[in-house]
Formats: sequence, structure tokens, C-alpha cells
Amino acid sequence: MKSELEMALASVALAIPGAAAIRDTQYLGVGTQAIGIGIRYSIEHVEVWVGILRPQITSMFVMLGVSQLVIIPANVLRRIQGRALLGSIPRYVKIIEVGPRDGLQNEKDIVPTKVKIELIKMLVSSGLPVVEATSFVSPKWVPQLGDAKDVMEAIQNVEGARFPVLTPNLKGFEAAVAAGAKEVAVFASASESFSKSNINCSIEESLKRYHDVSLAAEKASIPIRGYISCVVGCPVEGKVPPAKVAYVAEKLYEMGCSEISLGDTIGVGTPGTVVPMLEAVMNVVPVDKLAVHFHDTYGQALSNILASLQMGIATVDSSVAGLGGCPYAKGASGNVATEDVVYMLYGLGVKTNVDLGKVMLAGDFICRHLGRPSHSKTATALRTSTAHVSKL
Amino acid sequence: MSSLEEPLGLDKLPSMNTIDRIQRFSSGACRPRMDDMGMGSCWIEGRDCSSSNSCSNDYDEFTEDSFPWTRHTRNGSKNNSFNRSSNGGRKDLGAGSICASWYFLDHQYRSKSDEKNMRTTSSKFLRGIPKFVKIVEVGPRDGLQNEKNTVPTAIKVELIRRLVSCGLPVVEATSFVSPKWVPQLADAKDVMEAVRDLEDARLPVLTPNMKGFQAAVAAGAKEVAVFASASESFSKSNINCSIEESLARYRAVTQAAKALSIPVRGYVSCAIGCPVEGSIPPSKVAYVARELHDMGCFEISLGDTIGVGTPGNVVPMLEAVMAVVPADKLAVHFHDTYGQSLPNILISLQMGISTVDSSVAGLGGCPYAKGATGNVATEDVVYMLNGLGVKTNVDLTKLMVTGEFISKHLSRASGSKTAVALCRATADASKI
Repeated sequence: MKSELEMALASVALAIPGAAAIRDTQYLGVGTQAIGIGIRYSIEHVEVWVGILRPQITSMFVMLGVSQLVIIPANVLRRIQGRALLGSIPRYVKIIEVGPRDGLQNEKDIVPTKVKIELIKMLVSSGLPVVEATSFVSPKWVPQLGDAKDVMEAIQNVEGARFPVLTPNLKGFEAAVAAGAKEVAVFASASESFSKSNINCSIEESLKRYHDVSLAAEKASIPIRGYISCVVGCPVEGKVPPAKVAYVAEKLYEMGCSEISLGDTIGVGTPGTVVPMLEAVMNVVPVDKLAVHFHDTYGQALSNILASLQMGIATVDSSVAGLGGCPYAKGASGNVATEDVVYMLYGLGVKTNVDLGKVMLAGDFICRHLGRPSHSKTATALRTSTAHVSKL
Repeated sequence: MSSLEEPLGLDKLPSMNTIDRIQRFSSGACRPRMDDMGMGSCWIEGRDCSSSNSCSNDYDEFTEDSFPWTRHTRNGSKNNSFNRSSNGGRKDLGAGSICASWYFLDHQYRSKSDEKNMRTTSSKFLRGIPKFVKIVEVGPRDGLQNEKNTVPTAIKVELIRRLVSCGLPVVEATSFVSPKWVPQLADAKDVMEAVRDLEDARLPVLTPNMKGFQAAVAAGAKEVAVFASASESFSKSNINCSIEESLARYRAVTQAAKALSIPVRGYVSCAIGCPVEGSIPPSKVAYVARELHDMGCFEISLGDTIGVGTPGNVVPMLEAVMAVVPADKLAVHFHDTYGQSLPNILISLQMGISTVDSSVAGLGGCPYAKGATGNVATEDVVYMLNGLGVKTNVDLTKLMVTGEFISKHLSRASGSKTAVALCRATADASKI
């Protein structure tokens, strides 16, 4: 059988213009329906895939149990492959800037109200369409954002972006609306243990709370964003099943959340776990209502974002200068840096309407106040790259 | 090198649906011309496709279902002899400051059934990723040569030993470039002498020319690497000669190497961008890669020297190179200067690349952007590969201990986020 196959390959090879002798063959598999064979030529690399051949060749392959065979030049094959990998990436991606909220609430130093306001203004001027301004969680838990009311007041007239705020319950919602909020966000978990330890109630209880908020929000025509934490892993439970994430996502979607942000809270995800999770969620929530919120604790955020974009996700959360360390791994990083995300999206040809230079200025500003270097590699590289070429 | 004995499983066969689509794809514009077939009438059935424009439509149809075939690469078979486990999560770490946070290793986040599911997931984006990836550890060479502090020979040797014991199949040991240019690796001979007895890994060394090659061989090197550029300006400023001159030099080296049965690896620097010229055309990279391949290099490592690449320009570059050099002879060498190396590695894996260069603890800053990072950290790469279900034979825990070892000696923090996270993760969940 081997030699017949090789003979068949030889005759196919000679039939292709420009082909010389076969240099290498790889037999991929045979079945009753199809066969794939790789053939390399000494002039062009050509790979043989599935298709249909005419009787002369077909008869040889039918003997071997093959009914279809086609030949596609390697450069054409690569272009298809490349296109398939990048082709499904959305043309426009909305970036949700969470630096002033998720970022600052996880920094150990508290930043003065004035500086927060200036930061928000700088972020808006860079073109970011949504900037999460602050949180109405009790200052007992989040002292860094105790000045929520003052911040909201100061940005009442800032135009050009939406300013959602975090609200843990109806009370927080009412305080937020009183302070002028026009958009809110609620915060559930896909992990029961994390829900209990983080917001002191079970997932079901939290969903009930948020249902109350959503009713009030609907009455006031205020959009709600739903966050889901621990969508890949939980510091207590370990692995979180995709089905659990889908369940919480569906509930948030049904209660009227305009967008669901899927958060890899401890940053343990890789495309291997992110993709199945997204597949499960996309079965119950339309992809245009989904956002991804990856933490860069293990350096995996950008590749997770890439995989999410390939799946069609078009909204990405990030934090200027990578503000916000990880509360679970001391000294480790948390949020992915907006500058790095914008750099990648720009390179992918995706529109964001964000001016990278201006985001870097905002990042520079806040890092100076926090007295620490930026966590954005792009910002660090662009700030210090020299024009001269030094020897490697 | 026929692999007729190794058929893929039946689960890899395309569905009839896919076959239909491919049928439709076989339009006239993409088919070899019938006259050249020498077989009489049309030898490929399929829909008649009159205009070549329709070809692009067919391409679009392809994006809906994945291209079903992944090329059967041969890298895995070479390493079947390695029995080391790739996920050393639960191993006893013994004395050492690394905390046993196996808990957070991503493999914990995939159950056994997930592993199986992942290989058969409907997601086309994961299916094409190779089952096994060879990691080429360049820390002792590319890493240390770009660190400002020079490390004593004994430490270098200990580093190499430890890296080998982690399961890394290839560890670039040192460089025979003149100490005038690379003082950090002036002890090349001594290092080679000391690692002579190490068996479990290959230890290639950089050789800039015949003189360096001869010195390397005299010092006991069994594998060498040469270093060309896709950018003329960078070639002139970095190695003081044009691309063509460098290729001529390397032809001499590869000739000599062939006579001694010494494998030669070819590096192509500035595969995406050059600090002087800016964007580099993929065709240029393909040209240099092909030249290196044709002169006898067994592997070509494509380097994004200044780290500016994103998947948007990595894909066209790989397309161009893979059209002239087989994918299993290619490696990718991304720098993390802009934080882009892991997504670039991911897209390269999706394109079928199965060899990745990286540097333990992210050793080696970028010489072009002061304070910016350079090489991608091996720990971060291994973490991602583990999460993707890709075998590497590398023990992540041992690797992190090794990274900590060398970082301490260089008096700097590890450049690996995975290492930092796993080292400091606390068991308690604090409030967000």
C-alpha cells in the first residue's frame, strides 16, 4: 500500500507546473471520505488538502479508500490561514477604562480628589468612550474611593465619555443617582466562595439584590453593566466551570444589564480556558453584549484578549498604566494596561478612537502622583526609546 | 522522511460540510491551469469559476469553518524520549523561598475531561495549535549578553545546569562573538568546558564567522547559531556588514559545520521592524530566511528585535516566510518590549509554528529602549502553553526556582509575571 500511495503522489506531483522531484511526503490520514497528504517540492512548498480528483487519479486513491483530494499551493494556504485567524476580529473595539475605579481602588495609596478628577479629564480627552469614574461601595470597604460624591459632582459637565459607577445594592444606587450618575455597574461572581468572601452573600442573594437595582434603574432609564468575577478561576475554589459563568451571565442579561463584563479576577486564565468559557457564555448572551476584563497577573492578558477578539468580542476593559495591583498576589500586577491594549489593537488595524499618546500622558500623570513607574510596557518603551542604534 | 506510518486519528478528518466548502473553493483562478496538467481534461472537479474575483469570496467562506487540516508536524516525535512531566505543580519544593502556590497553576483549571475537550473543541482558534512545542532557552546567551551586570562563570554554569534540569530541550549556552563587543560572555570557552558533560539538552552557541566557529568547535560546541538581519541598516550597524556579506560569511560557516556534522541555526533579526528603517517588508524576511535555509540551517529563528510586532504584522510576515521555508523549520523569537510577545506567540502557534525562543525570568533588556524589557520570560510562555494543553516537557516550578536564582545574582526582580505571581500569591481571598 505504501508504494502505491507513493506512486500516486509521484504522478500528482509531476502534474503540477514547476514541480520537481518529491522531496518529502507526509501521510496524514486515510478514511473512507477523505485523505490529506502533505507534499513538499524542492521548488515550491505545496501542501495537499481535501478536494476531488478526476477518475485517473481518483481510481488510484479509491483503491486506498480515498474519494477526494485537491492540491492547494502553500502560499495560498497560508493566506487562508492568516485571514481566518485575523478575519473574525471586530473592526471597532470599545475600550472601557477602569483605571479611576478598579485601578485606584486596588492601589495602596489614596489619591486626592483633585488628582482623580484631573485623571478622568485626561482620560476623556484621549478619546476613551467610557471611563468608570468611581464606586459607591461603602468607604468602610473601599476607603480609596470615599470621595465618590465629590468626584461625581466635579465631572458633571465633562462631555465626551460615559461615566458608569459601581453600585453594590439599592442604597448605593440611590446615592449614585443623587450624586448625578447616569450609568451604574453591579458586581456578581461565578464562584460561590468568592461571592461569600467578597460581598458577603451567596450568588443568588447578590442576583436578587441586583434585580432590585435593575428595576430601579429601568424606571430611571439608567443603563446597568453587570460584572462577573472569577470567570476562569477562584482563589478559593480553583477552577470555575464555564457553565457556572454562563448561568450568572444569563441571569444578569435577563434582568436587563446592557453589557456583561467577564472578569478573570486572579489572572490565571489562558486561551485554553478562556475560549471554552466564552463559548459557554456566548450560547446564552449575544456577543455584542459581552466584554472581557482580564488581569495581567500571569502576563496572560493580551493573549487572552486576542483570543477573545478572534471569537468576536468587541469590548475590552483595561486600566491606564496598569493601575491596580492584584489583591491576591502581593506585588503582582492586576489590570491590563490600556496603553498595551491600544498598541495591540492599533497593530491589528482595529479602530478604538483612542489617542495612545494622550493615554500615555494620563498614565504618566497618575504614576507620578502614586510615586511609582507605569506598569505599561508600551508606555515605558515609547517614553525611553532612543533614536540611535546601539550595538546588540 | 516519510511518515506513512503515522496517520492522524479519524477525528481530524473534515466533515462533509467542510469538504463541500472546499469543493466550492476549487475555483479556476486557484487551480493550476489545465493545460499544464498533462492529464487531458480538467482533473479537479468543482464548480466552474469563471472570474478570478470570486476567489476572494471563497476565501471568506472559509473563515466560517476552520480549515480542517493541521499539518502533521514532526517535532513531537523527536522528544518522545523525554519523560519529564510538564506540570510540576504538586512537587515538593523542598528548601526554597518559592511558596507552593501550585494552586494557581493553570493546569489546575482544566479537569481531565477538559483536556480532552480542548483538543476536540469546536473552536477553530485552538485546533491548529501544535500538540508539542519546543522551547529554546536563550537566557544564558541572549539574556545575559543584554544585562548590564556581568555574571561570574560559575553562576553561568550553574544557571545552565539548572535550566537543563528543568527539562528545556535546548539551552543556548554562550556566544563566540568577540569580547570586545560582548564582554558579558567573554568566558565562553570556560563555560563550554564546564558544561561538557551535560547530556540532556542541546547547547548551541552563537558564532559570528569562521573564526568564531573554529573557536567554538575547539571549545567543544556541538551546535552553532548564526545571526543575519532582514534590515540592511541594522545589519551594517550591528555586525558591520551588509546582509549579503553576512550570508556569504555564514555560507562558509555552514559548509564547515556540515563537514563536521554540526547543526547550524539561523537567526533573522528585525523580522518585523528595525530601529533605523522602521517597518520591514515580509518579503525581505522571507528572502533572508530562505537563504539561511538553503545554505543548510536546520532551523530559522525569526526575531522581532525591537518588540514592535503585533499579530497584525506577525501574520503577514509568517505567511511570507512559511511559503518558502517549512513551518517545522521555523522558530519565533519575540521581544516583550511593548508587552506583545505572548499574543504574537499565540498567533504563531495558531499558524502552526512549534518552536519558541524565550529567556528565563525575562533576562535581557532591550538595548534600544532604556529600561524597557527585551526577551519574553520562559515562565510566562510555559504557563500559557500549559494552559493551552501544549506539551513542553518543562517543569514550571523548577524553572521558577532557576529564574529566582539568576535574578538574585543579577540583583534585579524577575521579569516574569508568572514567577512573581506564583511566588507571592496568598491563600486568603481579600476583598475587592
